[in-house]
Amino acid sequence: MLKDLLLIFIGAVLVNNFVLSRFLGVCPFLGVSKKVHVAFSMGIATTFVMTLSAAATWLIQTFILDPFGLGRFLQYVSFVLVIASLVQMIELFIKKTSKDLYHSLGIFLPLITTNCAILGLALLSVNKTYNLAQSLVFGLGAGIGFTLAIVIMAGIREEIDSADIPEGLKGAGITLLTAGILSIAFLGFSGLISM
Amino acid sequence: MNQIYLVSISAMGGIGIFFGVLLAYSSKKFAVEKDERIEKIEEILPGANCGACGHPGCTSYSEAIVNQAESIQLCTVGGAKTATKIGDIMGVLIDESLITKVACVKCQGGFNCLDSFEYKGVEDCHTASLMYRGQKSCKYGCLGLKSCMKICPFNAITMNQFGVAQIDIDRCNGCELCIRECPKGIIEMVPNDKSVHVICKNKETAKTVKPKCKVGCIGCKLCERVCEQKAIEVKDNLAKINYNLCTGCNACVIKCPVKAINTKTE
Repeated sequence: MLKDLLLIFIGAVLVNNFVLSRFLGVCPFLGVSKKVHVAFSMGIATTFVMTLSAAATWLIQTFILDPFGLGRFLQYVSFVLVIASLVQMIELFIKKTSKDLYHSLGIFLPLITTNCAILGLALLSVNKTYNLAQSLVFGLGAGIGFTLAIVIMAGIREEIDSADIPEGLKGAGITLLTAGILSIAFLGFSGLISM
Repeated sequence: MNQIYLVSISAMGGIGIFFGVLLAYSSKKFAVEKDERIEKIEEILPGANCGACGHPGCTSYSEAIVNQAESIQLCTVGGAKTATKIGDIMGVLIDESLITKVACVKCQGGFNCLDSFEYKGVEDCHTASLMYRGQKSCKYGCLGLKSCMKICPFNAITMNQFGVAQIDIDRCNGCELCIRECPKGIIEMVPNDKSVHVICKNKETAKTVKPKCKVGCIGCKLCERVCEQKAIEVKDNLAKINYNLCTGCNACVIKCPVKAINTKTE
């Protein structure tokens, strides 16, 4: 049981990294990876939402969609609804309880609502017929994997800023190249465990 | 078949209502007491979120005013009116001398100014200026390729009959986007309440200017002498008006032999 969870966790962090292997959540990965500390905040916020939404969507799937046989066509709509409301609620909650955390997450929290990695996570864990614990671990792993990828990317981009880049590659060009190479690097983890 | 409709509608409706109620409840429960001045200031601000004040948007600017004692005069779009209203809320008096500034294209060249070659390319000032600084023989001249016109969010820029960008001061909100856009750097902010301007940026000598452009400032200093307020000074072959002293008497406008000093309405 524990071994199973550990495998899911490592699988989500390294082997099937959400950004670098599944290519989900590429938008924030490219958009918010200019500074390491900002990227880290984004990563933490995403991890937070991913873990909670994995649990929430599991509950919806198991107790509402599956018993009534609605899974096939209501999945997307209901998951989007759940994730959006959840993020709103988390935002309200954080705003009240921890002002510092609220300010460091800032605009990223509402932006996560439309992050495809979150919806992808929910749909994937349904596909894999995970139970609640497995879904939670999968969500946590995916979030940490996202954080890892975005922080590495931000670190590289901070260095790139002071590097001598050919004129035509400056900006988006070199960023996409870096992302591609990083993705190839993460390919090295495939085969570590069989998913 | 009907049943599946009913079930899905009630399931989605149920989830929706559940979360709606939960959100409504938690927004009450977790409501943070926000300084009501922030909301009031936000209502006054133009809401264009242009970022001219240096903050990401109007909301964050209003927060900064209340929480970090940010200056209330940073909103160029709203200008003095907005600053006064914010001042009423915050109990701060604004600097009376603050007047709104509008953009002014400092060139009347266009067809009055000779081209050194014919430009047939993309209609973009940046592109044109890459090639020998553009087709105009005067390097301070408006290229008339509408880059500023395209960027202006308020549609305040038009092309006048000479093929030079012209700013409609009623529409200009002073966001300074065109100033950053112009590759020639010939758009400047001028006080809205002054009508007389030197509409030329050429710092070359009369000998160089005269053959190229009919309306370029030749640095003849006639305006300097005619001005009773001593508001005009010719420096580097270019007249410059000190707006603090200018009374708008139009003496220089009448005197200027090349009509490089002009009123904005013309």
